Amino acid sequence: MRYSGFRVIKEALTGHKGWQPAWRDPTPQAGYDFVIVGGGGHGLATAYYLAKEFGKARIAVLEKGYIGGGNVGRNTTIIRSNYLLDGNEPFYEFSMKLWEGLEQDFNYNAMVSQRGVLNLCHTDAQRDAFTRRGNAMRLNGVDAELLDREGVRKIAPFLNFDNARFPIKGGLLQPRGGTVRHDAVAWGYARGADQRGVDIIQNCEVTGMRIENGRIKGLETTRGFIGAAKVGVAVAGSSSRVMAHAGMRLPIESHVLQAFVSEGLKPVLPGVITYGAGHFYVSQSDKGGLVFGGDIDGYNSYAQRGGLAVVEDVCEGGMSLMPMIGRARLLRIWGGIMDMSMDGSPIIDRTHVEGLYFNGGWCYGGFKATPASGWSFAHLLATDTPHPTARAYRFDRFQKGLMIDEKGMGAQPNLH
Amino acid sequence: MIINHPLLGPRDAQEFTYLGDANLIDRPDWQADGAGQAFYEYLYLRDNPAGLHRELWYHEQGDRSWLVVTRNISTHEITKVELARDVARAKGRGK
Ligand SMILES: Cc1cc2nc3c(=O)[nH]c(=O)nc-3n(C[C@H](O)[C@H](O)[C@H](O)COP(=O)(O)OP(=O)(O)OC[C@H]3O[C@@H](n4cnc5c(N)ncnc54)[C@H](O)[C@@H]3O)c2cc1C
Repeated sequence: MRYSGFRVIKEALTGHKGWQPAWRDPTPQAGYDFVIVGGGGHGLATAYYLAKEFGKARIAVLEKGYIGGGNVGRNTTIIRSNYLLDGNEPFYEFSMKLWEGLEQDFNYNAMVSQRGVLNLCHTDAQRDAFTRRGNAMRLNGVDAELLDREGVRKIAPFLNFDNARFPIKGGLLQPRGGTVRHDAVAWGYARGADQRGVDIIQNCEVTGMRIENGRIKGLETTRGFIGAAKVGVAVAGSSSRVMAHAGMRLPIESHVLQAFVSEGLKPVLPGVITYGAGHFYVSQSDKGGLVFGGDIDGYNSYAQRGGLAVVEDVCEGGMSLMPMIGRARLLRIWGGIMDMSMDGSPIIDRTHVEGLYFNGGWCYGGFKATPASGWSFAHLLATDTPHPTARAYRFDRFQKGLMIDEKGMGAQPNLH
Repeated sequence: MIINHPLLGPRDAQEFTYLGDANLIDRPDWQADGAGQAFYEYLYLRDNPAGLHRELWYHEQGDRSWLVVTRNISTHEITKVELARDVARAKGRGK
């Protein structure tokens, strides 16, 4: 069923009796050509593009819980392509271009809203760094504008400009950045994949891998053995656990990141704003809630909830940047488990097992990557060659000294 | 989270900074054969288990000692706290 304005009106006049489930609930077949492990944004996008762009069939997505229950439904919904390094920037811009056409492409309202992402700077050195980053973006054909203090004031007059320790000196704006309704991305890709014959199998946890003579044969799951010619793993925070079934140790630690939402307010924030002197970033959802967050908790965690110390830290950051936030009440807090890589950048690569491929290490920034990650992973699975924009995302970069370390922090995941 | 410091008793985890897997104590020998591979694994690869994890915490806002904390990463239950010094010495390090 295609969704359209006409359809909404027709259903409204006929008692909404014509709507159907957006995807089937199939029983797993004995085997597939492609099995994607993980029904998050990346796994579903991979299946969707495999079917749609690469013309593949006999595809399944195995999800241990339900669609949208992982990080794809837990993140703070920010999309941007404001990276510095060559290994990253073309990839994230490819993703931004896909976001721009996504809703027409998969016929689903994902509420893609390019309301702008503004990074604030508070020192001269920080402004120099932003100038450099803005130039790197422009060299890659991406929009970037360096704003002075008055330029920032025009967009966001309510900020605390004259904070004695951290006065606002300016900011780097990416007008095409913004937010996207996160669950709708999972649902849109799930529906689009299902319409093209992909089996989306929920409540199906992968518990082992059958590997013979260095080749993947299939997966042990809580719903029995499922044969597979090729397996693509995209399980975010569970990456180390799933790849351990293939005897691999990854350059990844799992950490928890928290998100915060206030009560609904009238429109106050123009777009996404990030604080440059503390770790705090904020946007306003279309329902009116202020959606904000800050640092990861800082120690390994598989518990999908965070500690109170970070709650305090994030709220302090908010108060210091925009004191008016103190009048809003906090409604909800939750956490998600992220795959923090050793250089802060992701991996989309083959493994030592033939037919087994890996996609992970997205840290706290993989939502914006969803379309390009799915496309690139589908490209790798279908053609056995990396997508041109994802060529740097290899496992062996750590061995060869080719790290993509945006922040220059070294092999310390809790600092990325 | 409360870390039961072997010398100072129960302390708030906020007084500490976190480094990561306690295997970082076992720095490879840079002169041994295959040191390149050993250092790659030491620096970049992690077990990252969902259960018990031995990890290094530094009491930065306290007595500046390094601790080896055994913690269940899924529940945050801490079952053992040792001085990293003792752990390293027991391995014949730092004589
Ligand atoms: C609080 C928070 C805020 C964030 N904010 C942003 C942001 O503003 N912008 C941004 O770009 N990124 C953000 N991120 C990061 C982003 O959400 C993730 O990088 C991205 O969603 C990860 O990819 P995914 O959607 O495929 O992951 P997930 O949705 O987590 O998908 C992985 C799936 O694998 C399944 N799985 C795990 N193990 C198994 C198994 N054994 N068998 C079968 N299935 C399994 C899980 O159940 C899960 O559904 C944020 C993350 C968090 C937690």
